[in-house]
Amino acid sequence: MSSRPKIEVRNLNFYYGAKPAVKDLSLVCHEKKVTALIGPSGCGKSTFIRTLNRMNDVVAGTRVEGQILLDGESILAPKVDVVELRRRVGMVFQRPNPFPKSIYDNVAYGLRINGLRDRDRLDEIIEKSLKEAALWEEVRDRLRENAFALSGGQQQRLCIARTLAVNPEVVLFDEPCSAIDPIATAKIEDLIQRMKKDYTVVIVTHNMQQAARVSDYTAFLMMGEVIEFGETNSIFTAPANKLTEDYITGRFG
Amino acid sequence: MKRRSVIQFLGFMALRVCLYLVLAALMVFLYDIGKKGGGAISWEFLSKMPRRGMTEGGIFPAIYGTFLVTMVTALLAVPMGMFAAIYLNEYAKQTRITRLIRLSIRNLSGVPSIVYGLFGVILFVNIFKFGTSILSAGLTLGLMTLPWTITASEEALKTVPNSYREGALALGATKWQSIRTNVLPYALSGMLTGTVLGLARAAGETAPIMFTGAAFALPFLPKSLSDQFMALPYHLYIMATQHHDLAKARPLAYGTALVLIVFVLGMNMTAVVLRWRLRRKRKF
Repeated sequence: MSSRPKIEVRNLNFYYGAKPAVKDLSLVCHEKKVTALIGPSGCGKSTFIRTLNRMNDVVAGTRVEGQILLDGESILAPKVDVVELRRRVGMVFQRPNPFPKSIYDNVAYGLRINGLRDRDRLDEIIEKSLKEAALWEEVRDRLRENAFALSGGQQQRLCIARTLAVNPEVVLFDEPCSAIDPIATAKIEDLIQRMKKDYTVVIVTHNMQQAARVSDYTAFLMMGEVIEFGETNSIFTAPANKLTEDYITGRFG
Repeated sequence: MKRRSVIQFLGFMALRVCLYLVLAALMVFLYDIGKKGGGAISWEFLSKMPRRGMTEGGIFPAIYGTFLVTMVTALLAVPMGMFAAIYLNEYAKQTRITRLIRLSIRNLSGVPSIVYGLFGVILFVNIFKFGTSILSAGLTLGLMTLPWTITASEEALKTVPNSYREGALALGATKWQSIRTNVLPYALSGMLTGTVLGLARAAGETAPIMFTGAAFALPFLPKSLSDQFMALPYHLYIMATQHHDLAKARPLAYGTALVLIVFVLGMNMTAVVLRWRLRRKRKF
């Protein structure tokens, strides 16, 4: 499984005030692969994934050290256009967060703020994005309905469609299934599997089976540090570290 | 078991009686003014100038003046209040200084209105040389209303979930885009309600306008914002306490009070309707 590194993280440290949340973290996310981050609650995996599109910028009193490269270019440098970065690196959140607008307007949101007004073009991209998110068949006749009328799982797929509509290169998932039921979860896992054809995917999950099912690479984090990082197969079948083994066999966490 | 339910029953009754007492007081008050003022209300009363030393004729100049001065108040307090709230809630870092600013704003809303009146005389009438005028009085009322509109607007912004802001940012929205398209539309009903309630309160104030522009009596309507004006609350004050023939002025004073109450109540109703209509659009 060799492919180009899309994101390279080198010696990343992240602090909330004086408290370190991520310590000396280094890993590589390969292009058009799924990289999973697993670990017990509070191990820094959500904090870490939010540095990849600089969502932590909006949290007061935080500080970041080290390097994150996207296609070899630093995303932490002061001159980086954060708005453009976030268009390239999309994010799906833990709880489905549709906007209180119609299904159509939700998917159109990112396109419109980027200046797209053409109706035909909007229609076309919205249909394509909803198809990519495996939601089109369920909503094609009710695009004008409020997104809040959808079920939790549908809402999360709508958020995925919304993210894909702006044509990102990387999609970050921050525990995308923690607030939805098992059947809806299966649909989203299926979707993530298919997404890696076109996108580089990074997913945070507290569900080890989920990591094993969807990812190509897995990083196991504890207390803000990478304990083990490698191909998902080897991590789950032959973990090199005792802590990893204990965690994936359910001895703690 | 029995004892506890008796205590609960008595407790509920006590709460209910308190509510009824408050309502009853309000009802008696409105009934009294309605009964004594209702007789004075006529088309002439609402549309004509006062005559014969304000013992006959109408109060149109006072209605007109209160309307104009409320407009000036709104022009200052509505946009500034909303913008200040947006800055405080969305942009300002939550430091000790912003906390101090917020505390000061809360405290300003408790400053007695007569203090605002005297401040307005110094600032607008004397220093800015706006004279005793609609402009000076409106701006003074505006200053007095600002803490209310800022606080109400900030509370409204706080009700919009953070996930809307983050969701928009994650799609490549600028901060202002996320606020304009994904926060303000959902905060607007609360902002407007708070603002209109603040304006209604300002419309009924006497102290801030009596030194800054309100006139005892004027034989003509104000023609520009730099003219003096008559206003309902000040007119009522005069008719009730300062008139040379209080007995003759009494029915007209009640009429004025009724008009002022309807004016303020009307604004409050507008706020309620606005809130209701905008609420239907939001689903969280």
